[in-house]
Amino acid sequence: MKALFLWSLFVFSLPLWVTNPYYLNVLAIVGLYTMVTVGLSLFIGYAGQISLGHGAFYALGAYGSALLALRWGINPWCSMPLAAFLTALLAWGLGYLILRLKGHYLVMATLGINLVVYFLLIELEPWTGGLSGLPGIPPLCIGSFCLTTDRACYFLIWTAALLIMLLGIRLTQGRLGRELKAIRESELAARALGLPVTRYKVAVFAFSAGVTAWAGGLYAHYLGFISPKTFDIFYSVEVVTMVLIGGMGSVWGAAVGAAFLTPLPQVLSFFEEFKDLLYGAILMFILVVQPKGLSGFLEKLGPFGKGS
Amino acid sequence: MDAVFWQFCLSGLSAGAIYALIALGFGVVENATGIVNFAQGDFLVFGAFLASSFLLSWHCPYWLTYPVVIFSTALLGLLLERLVLARARSREILILVFITVGASIFLRGIIKEIWGKRPLALPPLFREDPFQLGGLVIDPQNLGILLVALGAFFILHLFFHYTLWGKAMRAVAVDPETAALMGIPVSRVVAASFALAGALGGLAGMLIAPVSPLSFDSGVVIGLKGFAAAILGGYGHFGGALLGGLCLGLLEALSAYFVSSAYKNVLAFAVLVLVLLVRPEGILGRRRGERL
Repeated sequence: MKALFLWSLFVFSLPLWVTNPYYLNVLAIVGLYTMVTVGLSLFIGYAGQISLGHGAFYALGAYGSALLALRWGINPWCSMPLAAFLTALLAWGLGYLILRLKGHYLVMATLGINLVVYFLLIELEPWTGGLSGLPGIPPLCIGSFCLTTDRACYFLIWTAALLIMLLGIRLTQGRLGRELKAIRESELAARALGLPVTRYKVAVFAFSAGVTAWAGGLYAHYLGFISPKTFDIFYSVEVVTMVLIGGMGSVWGAAVGAAFLTPLPQVLSFFEEFKDLLYGAILMFILVVQPKGLSGFLEKLGPFGKGS
Repeated sequence: MDAVFWQFCLSGLSAGAIYALIALGFGVVENATGIVNFAQGDFLVFGAFLASSFLLSWHCPYWLTYPVVIFSTALLGLLLERLVLARARSREILILVFITVGASIFLRGIIKEIWGKRPLALPPLFREDPFQLGGLVIDPQNLGILLVALGAFFILHLFFHYTLWGKAMRAVAVDPETAALMGIPVSRVVAASFALAGALGGLAGMLIAPVSPLSFDSGVVIGLKGFAAAILGGYGHFGGALLGGLCLGLLEALSAYFVSSAYKNVLAFAVLVLVLLVRPEGILGRRRGERL
């Protein structure tokens, strides 16, 4: 808890000396990724499942909220939670169907869902604007003050991200965290001990999908423009990579992964054409030598991570 | 059912044959290590681009290019295993799988660095014109792909059932620990499996490049189709890889024929997810008993 408090102080004081809107934009995006990876780390790191379909939920949150606001004129403050809730509901239904699958088969089923949603975004052009995207999404407003600047959105997004981190830490510290870990260690043993394994897996899946959709909604109203390219399977692979690079099995790991990998392509663009090559090499290197992730490495260094 | 329908079927089957070869590459690695090798699609693109250098820049004949490219992609697979995966400090499947994701991004970077961003197409395998057969116009390309892929499956069947190395690979697939106790050098079998997967990728790349142009990042989509085929047939099951590949190719062709080519991807993957709901272990996959 102390670590989270310090982290919030750091996050909220950051705009005091970072004033470049481009940097603030990247940092706000880090916040969005943090929300998604924290939700996902419960599903991967605790419940021991895998999803390469979270790009679909991000898309449903973004397009859902944007369309509710554009088509029916619903206030974005209502359309965002509504879209997130509907996505969580959908994930809950889907979860009962696909979470019986194991290992690579689950990977394929979630990938399949992501691909179906992605291709539908492209093909349902009258609704989604197809490949050229959906412009003119209204921003979030408080009275007459609209959150359009990078600084304002930075605060909004990080408030949400810190709330999710707090929730994630609370959830995993208690009984639920231990029970999910039991499922991860051995599903069969957990079931034999009387845990409703399927219900737990589905609930965590729906929770992480809802959080992801919420982040998607924030993304849509922040940028005002969305297109399918953002929501392809690369996104899904990227967020899982963040969880692993950061260190699965802890909320902090997820946050570290998001904070490290989001700006990495921008940093590497300094190397121009060697960018992809280096990015791949760095991923391989970290996972080969530090399978517990960067947070495992930081934990060895000092007091970080323990105090959460 | 007119002639166009059968032509859709034939082109679907020939695409499916390529998916089957990729699926087999996934299966070989799965059996040795239990991981999904996401770099499989990039092996294929690498092979195709290497072949283009041999054929177009250095004017080598086909008979020389084929073995050299297959050998090179096999070496690539071997290097991925020996230099990267074998050195990983964790044996956790998820970590190993995402190391191959990193390898895939790395390989794409290398391909872009060497050959640039321009898409490439290889010259056709056969120069003959399409011929007529009872009202059907048959493209010898499609037929050739189908035959080469089936031939590769047949040779591998012989390899797995009648050679010492093939039998060793099957033994490792059943149980690596018992295989090691029987004196099988498991780590070498694993390395050989990656080499075989690389070789299959190279072969598939040279087959696909003459019919559909590839660019440096095509490996993702094609690899995904191969992965889908492998899952559909039953992951790690060789006959399943063939069946899954052909089914997926046909499924795409038929959705394009009956609905529209715009929705062929949506339908193909939707049907795939539905099949998994009915048969969670693929068409030919075995249901494994669970134990503590």
